Amino acid sequence: MVASALFILDLKGKVLISRNYRGDIPMSAVEKFMPLILEAEEEEQTPTPIMSTEDGIHFLYVKHNNLYLLAMTRKNSNAATILLFLHKLIEVFTEYFKELEEESIRDNFVIIYELLDEMMDFGYPQTTEPKILQEYITQESYKLESQPRPPMAVTNAVSWRPEGIKYRKNEVFLDVVESVNLLVNANGNVLRSEILGAIKMKCYLSGMPDVRLGLNDKVLFESTGRTPGKGKAVEMEDVKFHQCVRLARFESDRTISFIPPDGEFELMSYRLNTQVKPLIWCEAVIESHSGSRVEYMIKAKAQFKRRSSANNVEIIVPVPEDADTPKFKSTVGSVSYAPEKNAAVWKIKQFPGGKEFMMRAHFGLPSVKSEDPDKRPPISVKFEIPYFTVSGIQVRYLKVVDKSGYQAFPWVRYITQNGDYFMRLPEPVKTSKLGAI
Amino acid sequence: MAAAVRGPKFFSTTKKGENFELKADLNSEYREKRKETVKKVIANMTIGKDVSSLFADVVKNMQTEDLELKKLVYLYLINYARTQPELVILAVNTFVKDTDDVNPLIRALAIRTMGMLRVEKIIDYLLEPLKKGLKDEDPYVRKTAALCVAKLYDLSPMIAIDNGLITIVQDMLSDRNPMVIANAVAALAEISEASVRRDVFVVNRSILTKLLAALNECTEWGQICILNSLASYRPHDTREAGDIAERVLPRLQHANASVVLSAVRVLMIYLEFITNDELLKQITRKMAPPLVTLLSSEPEIQYVALRNINLILQKRADVLNQEIRVFFIKYNDPPYVKLEKLEVIIKLCSDKNVDQVLSELREYANEVDVDFVRKSVGAIGRCAVKIESASEKCVNALLDLIKTKVSHVVQEAIVVIKDIFRKYPNRYEGIIPALCENLDTLDEPEAKASLIWIVGEYADRIDNATELLEFFLEGFKDETSMVQLQLISASVKLFLKKPGAAQEIVQRILTTATQGCDNPDIRDRAYIYWRLLSSNPQTAKAVVLAEKPPIEADTATVSESLLDELLHNIGSLASVYHKSPSLLGGTSVEIGRTREVLDLEGEEPEVDARTVAAQVNAVVGGGIDNLLDLDFGGPSAGSPAVATPPPMRTQTSAIDDLLGLTDLSPSTSTPTYQPGGFEPMVGATSTTPKVSFLTSANAKGLDVQGAFTRRNGDLYLELSFANRTSGPMTEFAIQFNTNTYGITPAASLQVPEPLAPNQSADVLLRLSTSGGVQKMDPPNLIQIALKNNLGIYYFNAFIAEDIVGNHR
Repeated sequence: MVASALFILDLKGKVLISRNYRGDIPMSAVEKFMPLILEAEEEEQTPTPIMSTEDGIHFLYVKHNNLYLLAMTRKNSNAATILLFLHKLIEVFTEYFKELEEESIRDNFVIIYELLDEMMDFGYPQTTEPKILQEYITQESYKLESQPRPPMAVTNAVSWRPEGIKYRKNEVFLDVVESVNLLVNANGNVLRSEILGAIKMKCYLSGMPDVRLGLNDKVLFESTGRTPGKGKAVEMEDVKFHQCVRLARFESDRTISFIPPDGEFELMSYRLNTQVKPLIWCEAVIESHSGSRVEYMIKAKAQFKRRSSANNVEIIVPVPEDADTPKFKSTVGSVSYAPEKNAAVWKIKQFPGGKEFMMRAHFGLPSVKSEDPDKRPPISVKFEIPYFTVSGIQVRYLKVVDKSGYQAFPWVRYITQNGDYFMRLPEPVKTSKLGAI
Repeated sequence: MAAAVRGPKFFSTTKKGENFELKADLNSEYREKRKETVKKVIANMTIGKDVSSLFADVVKNMQTEDLELKKLVYLYLINYARTQPELVILAVNTFVKDTDDVNPLIRALAIRTMGMLRVEKIIDYLLEPLKKGLKDEDPYVRKTAALCVAKLYDLSPMIAIDNGLITIVQDMLSDRNPMVIANAVAALAEISEASVRRDVFVVNRSILTKLLAALNECTEWGQICILNSLASYRPHDTREAGDIAERVLPRLQHANASVVLSAVRVLMIYLEFITNDELLKQITRKMAPPLVTLLSSEPEIQYVALRNINLILQKRADVLNQEIRVFFIKYNDPPYVKLEKLEVIIKLCSDKNVDQVLSELREYANEVDVDFVRKSVGAIGRCAVKIESASEKCVNALLDLIKTKVSHVVQEAIVVIKDIFRKYPNRYEGIIPALCENLDTLDEPEAKASLIWIVGEYADRIDNATELLEFFLEGFKDETSMVQLQLISASVKLFLKKPGAAQEIVQRILTTATQGCDNPDIRDRAYIYWRLLSSNPQTAKAVVLAEKPPIEADTATVSESLLDELLHNIGSLASVYHKSPSLLGGTSVEIGRTREVLDLEGEEPEVDARTVAAQVNAVVGGGIDNLLDLDFGGPSAGSPAVATPPPMRTQTSAIDDLLGLTDLSPSTSTPTYQPGGFEPMVGATSTTPKVSFLTSANAKGLDVQGAFTRRNGDLYLELSFANRTSGPMTEFAIQFNTNTYGITPAASLQVPEPLAPNQSADVLLRLSTSGGVQKMDPPNLIQIALKNNLGIYYFNAFIAEDIVGNHR
């Protein structure tokens, strides 16, 4: 179930800071970690996030910036819990130090020790809510008039919200963000498409408010026999909630009710597998001219309503590593060559729905070909479409009830953006005729 | 709030005699100075400098109102207490005082830290404050104290039990605070696992009710602890199982992936008890979306999820049968995620989606990562073996890939085509010429061996088989043994099929192999064939060209009993490694403790050998695997375990699979070749020869051999003890773990005591079948614990089926 010790290492495997929780494994055992990684790499095997030594010590690690966060155990511990806890550490440290990297570890070792002591006891994760930790673990402790005490929230049923919060104006901001994951094969068939949605909240509410959120949830409408009114209802495949949401209540009548944490947090995430029309569609034709030059023709189309518009669109077209002398032509936007990504990047500030744009790129190729098999990464697309959700999800209401009876103002924004949005490139068409650009 | 403020540089100074200076500063009259110095000491500790000599001076600063300073001193203590056990006593007073502080933060801090020191001397001082802490008015202190009991038990089980601490923690399951309950559950579960009887924490109905109530209220980590304990509860009937499952279902909606996996684990276990088909379907259906969503979490979590999904699919293949697309590989997935997705894709591949899968796999074969490309190519072959209707498409896909001439793709393709040939003989031989074109590009042993196997197997249909083999024979001596063995077998097959031309080849290769090779495997193989061919060519033909058993699809990667065990451990390391939990972890240190607990908890403790087996690794040397080897490789050539070979899989495409020889049934091989050398070691009275159970090297100088036997219808265990130490051995006792046949000693073990140095003794132990029954894998496995004055030893014995059978 548990971790014996935690380490933060630099990329060479040097220990920057460590904490021994159980004392059942000598701390020097960490020296066996890097050799394991190197050995795996040497044998062309992929290092996995969980590795073990021959004498039965298990290492679980997460790489972050120039650091390894590493846990060590000898038992059949809960791997998911430990790895998740390591990610939680990253979250908390980042909240505390803005940037988590080697330098910030050195500069803040005292507080890191304090946090490690508070967040895990005997290898069992304890309090990991950054907001709550900041209540009683702070570097400016000398500024406090009295000694800090454990906030009620640490052991309360509501372990994420301190009491006695006051705002002059009570406001809630809701951001509904949908990311589209898409994979299209070279023939233009959609292999998979899914929508990952998240409702992010910024809560500036006084007291201990009880909040209820209403969505146009299809299951809810069907179970109550009501109709969603105008617009359609959305069927969410899987919903995940922040720990503040009463899960049993949701399970019984699909009500999303909770006492929110203060400030920013992600209230829920959901997933939809419904096939959606790719919002930005790219068709590519590659012509390779007797191996000495290569030409790309990209046609991009915005397949959403005319009154919407995609912002900051970037279409990244991978090109051979050894390509040279780039030449570009496009009907709209700007194209640049990004040698560090081996790609041509086509940027379009605003891409209105229903429009179609073209881009041509031309590269020279060296006469001596490298022997490596051609990497063929897919085209990837970045975009943001404000005031729009692909799924059609809508916030129907947000009710805030506090015993003091104040009125709260909810604000809702919608945005759709790209997730892992890939379109595989077709095989190059071989031509010998000299095309001009 | 962010504390990125840079304080003074603590890591910079490295002057001579630094510790001396620090010592002076620690005793400074100014508080701030002392605090800065303690920070400097901690900084030095952090970068690995030895500051243990400052112990007394640091501890002086412990009594302070400054919480930050106090925490630093505590931290120092945790690190150095064990190096200075004599001096820790200096700190005890302050600790005890702190556990009486008005601030709960300090009370908890003191209790938490004292538990971390791991110095036996201070345990006595810890007891009273700890008892008080367990009943503290503040839940923050109580939850800390609960875990501290587990720490104490880890250090000294006896003290924890004698002082009634465990009972207090058991009562804490009724605490009104969910966090306290969660930590009490964690502590009890841990203590229970470490105890031998495992009765410290038995979830019954009343505890269950409390746990389910707390589940809704405690933090995410607490929920994981509680869900884990629910997994150990066995519902009485289908209704109860259904009720609990429904209480657990909402957890699938939790944002914490580990809560989700823990809930899945509980559900997978309870599904076994649910007989209501409707409910079964409903729960299974609800499990699918959360499992898919896990693939949107951090890559490390995805990896754990995928390894577990792999297991879940082996048990309940229908859970995700509509979801294959979500396992398609993303270009930016980390390599370890890609490989696991590939495995799941093969598991989910069916005749309905095989076209889609094949087109994906061919796409993957174009990637850059060589390891992944190989596995993708291999996957095409595995699809062919799994789905007969798709085999032709797969073969064509592989042929296309071979045309790419990319070396590692071609070689992998040939390796899997060999498996396809074995699965579907006489169907795709038409492609052999295409394979043979790539003869000279092959440089990997496995690919070469595969192609040579194909040539040998189909020698009669390949016109130029003789030339092809000649091609390889030239470099025979430089080849790896894998290729050499194949060459020998293939040449013999060629000779039997086309006697004329190949005679010269066979003679040449057998001569080279028998006279010019140092490798005994090669030599022996060649001798076998030689004798076979020279004694009776007809028998040789029957043997070498015998029909081979078909290979099976390798969709089940773990045995059924292991699978059940792993599903009980979803989310754990065992479930990631796909290895039995008993094979993970354990230290020789813990053995000593286990013994202490044994003594403590009763005269004749019930030993659960399976669970402690891992801990025994260090003592018995090498662990279960080793024990198995011992029995298998030993004189018990007829041991039943040998008679049940594991089913062949395509993945074990090692040489054994390819060999004509291993495909024979033993009866056909015996007349021509008798593998000599193994004579039974013990007298005729015993039905099975005695095998070595323990050797002096790994059982503290005790040699034990034994065998199960039947006399006058009664079952006995014959044991020979030999004392290889220089002192006498006493206090012998034996215990059996519950096993398939309920075999257990009918009398106590009567070893003539003391067993003097270098003396040996034969003992006959009568057995009965009135013991506890538990299905073992293999069924004839019996786990035995043996004790003497020097220690406890665990080993595995295998009882022959016929001995049991006769007895029953």
